[in-house]
Amino acid sequence: MARLNSVSDLDALRKDILSRRDPKKTKVSVCSGTGCRAYDSEKVIESLKSGLNTHGLNDKVDLVTTGCHGFCELGPVMVIYPEGIAYFKIKPDDVDEIITGTLSQGKVVDRLLYVDQEGNVQVKEHDIPFYKHQNRVVFGNNQLIDPENIDDYLALDGYQALATCLGSMSPEEVLETVKKANLRGRGGGGFPAGQKWEATRNAPGDVKYVIVNADEGDPGAYMDRSILEGNPHSVLEGMLIGAYAIGCQKGFIYIRQEYPLAVEHLDRAIEQMRELGLLGDNILGTGFDFEISVHRGAGAFVSGESSALMSSIEGKVGEPRPKYIRTSISGVHGCPSDLNNVETWANVPVIINKGVDWFTAIGTEGSKGTKIFSLVGKVNNTGLVEVPMGMKLHDIIFKIGGGIRDGKKFKAVQTGGPSGGVIPENMLDLPVDFDALDKVGSMMGSGGMIVMDEETCMVDVAKYFLEFLADESCGKCVPCREGITQMLHILKMICAGEGQPGDLELLEEVAAMTKECSLCALGQSAPNPVLSSLRYFQAEYEAHVNDKCCPAHVCKDLITYHIDPAKCKGCGKCLRNCAVGAISGTKKEPHIIDLDKCTKCDTCFMVCPPKFSAVTKLSGKESIA
Amino acid sequence: MSQVNVTINGEQIQAEKGLTILEAARGAGIYIPTLCHHEQLESYGSCRLCVVEIGAGERKKIVASCLYHISEGLVVETETEKINGFRRTILNLLMHRWDNIPAALLEKYAAKSNDRFIDNMTYCILCGLCVRYCHEVKGANVLGFIGRGTIRQVVIFPNQSAKHCATSCPDGMECLNFCPTGVISSQYYGKRPADGQTLPHAHPICINEDINILEVLERVGYV
Repeated sequence: MARLNSVSDLDALRKDILSRRDPKKTKVSVCSGTGCRAYDSEKVIESLKSGLNTHGLNDKVDLVTTGCHGFCELGPVMVIYPEGIAYFKIKPDDVDEIITGTLSQGKVVDRLLYVDQEGNVQVKEHDIPFYKHQNRVVFGNNQLIDPENIDDYLALDGYQALATCLGSMSPEEVLETVKKANLRGRGGGGFPAGQKWEATRNAPGDVKYVIVNADEGDPGAYMDRSILEGNPHSVLEGMLIGAYAIGCQKGFIYIRQEYPLAVEHLDRAIEQMRELGLLGDNILGTGFDFEISVHRGAGAFVSGESSALMSSIEGKVGEPRPKYIRTSISGVHGCPSDLNNVETWANVPVIINKGVDWFTAIGTEGSKGTKIFSLVGKVNNTGLVEVPMGMKLHDIIFKIGGGIRDGKKFKAVQTGGPSGGVIPENMLDLPVDFDALDKVGSMMGSGGMIVMDEETCMVDVAKYFLEFLADESCGKCVPCREGITQMLHILKMICAGEGQPGDLELLEEVAAMTKECSLCALGQSAPNPVLSSLRYFQAEYEAHVNDKCCPAHVCKDLITYHIDPAKCKGCGKCLRNCAVGAISGTKKEPHIIDLDKCTKCDTCFMVCPPKFSAVTKLSGKESIA
Repeated sequence: MSQVNVTINGEQIQAEKGLTILEAARGAGIYIPTLCHHEQLESYGSCRLCVVEIGAGERKKIVASCLYHISEGLVVETETEKINGFRRTILNLLMHRWDNIPAALLEKYAAKSNDRFIDNMTYCILCGLCVRYCHEVKGANVLGFIGRGTIRQVVIFPNQSAKHCATSCPDGMECLNFCPTGVISSQYYGKRPADGQTLPHAHPICINEDINILEVLERVGYV
């Protein structure tokens, strides 16, 4: 590839790429993100390649292997353009029918189409409720782009925003634009990116850094990974624009070692940028110099915290530093450093290309634009969803997510990762933005959204998140290290039926101290799972402590298994499956469980045929009956 | 250096710009408790006993006084009910790591152990004074931390010890004087490996029953 020496060189290259592309040509986009790869999408792609070859369709069909499309529940996912036909759960064996049917004759393969819970079939991707209610400003290009091919990005106006900034805007104008757009940090804090940029720009010092925080560590959250895997150039372009506005020549990308595909695509993208002269000296002939180095994190959750991340970049242990002096003044090696999250950076080119007015028309008063959530848990459609800020929780979970699995009842949704909070059913009308989530004791975080059904115990959930945080606390300060340890210990006792009066007050006391006194954001937000579940589900805690009862029948020490003699038909299925021989009974007579032998493994409950549902779990007062 | 005016517990104080709240307060004879602070070392901010409230009204916030630098007009409260409550909770928690916290400190904040907390009597409160002294003052790295979260601990690196202890601390184990709990000791201190002997990479420091904790604390000025 020839080096681009001016903005017009870039325009010419884009024109050349577009002239060689026919928008009407059939294009098959197959997801090859980490999620779909786990479903063997690479084999599907191999079959497609050889199938297109044998059927002589290579000239007529473009095959694009892309990053994540978002609908991970139903992978591997394929979309056929220009029609927009969407196929799901494709196996390598299905490929032949897709080629001979859809690609050769335009015939739709019915069994690969999307069917919703009511049995409605949708052919086109944009008619599927999961996609229909989204607004995929940042994430939408993922399925149109081969992340290893920079031409695909350039064809979709890639690096146009950078050219606009370098060619016709002053750094101050760029900064002003991002400030006006009120782009807030997508990584957790929600701090206005423009203000951070400005602080770094105005900080004294010749050497300044921009950093991409790709140390995504929340359990179940993978939006940053998917952006980097599927559209790395969008993040890199945002970063270059930020560097130009702030006035720095060097950037770091701090990415988890556990994201091998994202690292690979990022490295490839950086290489391509260098070949085109989009990195290095005198970018696009405008006199702007910029270099990037990729730093791989070694797997500590706390390294996603800005000051710990910067320590890690310096080669030290990833431990947070006191932040009374902001990292925008003194960050990496004591130099002013601007740190933004992957998704924040990916929003920047969009704002420049489409304008402030367009961007601020999306979202709420205080939170503009869209946010990507990883919608997971007991919801029908799990995956990555990008919605405008301010969409109601209810709409995200029920319209996009398709409601709760197996017709169960919604209980709560946990947002914001391990340091977020739970939100109960009566707050489902809450518009999701930074401030609204803060107000109810949760947070936006990086965008994790874990849906829980009626069979979830909230004490157990709080315990789970504290277990995670106890492992991930760096252990430097007393409130976080000792506070989490003891809160977890109390929760474990409560779940084991050893709760005592006063435990809940003690939890609140330790939580309040940990929240206020901890050194960094990890400790300051660690009590959130406890505080928010106590706030909205206090009765459930009290049932555990006072009645030794787990209302959701989850805490093993508080439940017993029981076979209802009126319902048991003596089919013997539980008896045969019980691993410890705790069930006895003669055929066609009600069986009984010997509680002394029972290990509460749940097998009998699972295998009892639904038409009988004779095995039940009892807790608290129920058990005595 | 220029002076700035700050108000601590309602008292107007002039102090040198660039000082921390803790330094300014102690300079004016105002007591703020600490466990991980030492004048010779950089502030670390791990024990959090030194938290104070700054600002007023809605904008009140809690900061670690050993790290927060004073500025003109800063208003500080060091002993509010809220702050003392947090200190009590911190001490309550620490009592389950170190059961010999100076009684004066416990009494002042009415701290007491709680049988609902689990004991983890390592006697090391991970204040890092020994590690930091070795690194910052002696320029050696004989001691360090390993592990994170609840399993974090101070270790001695025997190879480093063999290399540095005898020359850095010819009179022996200066870091020991910095330990507020007196727990620090190790069979590997300053020992040279015998020919052919390989030393473990890291070895936990262990409890030394011979040290009178109170004596150590008095010497270092904690009680």
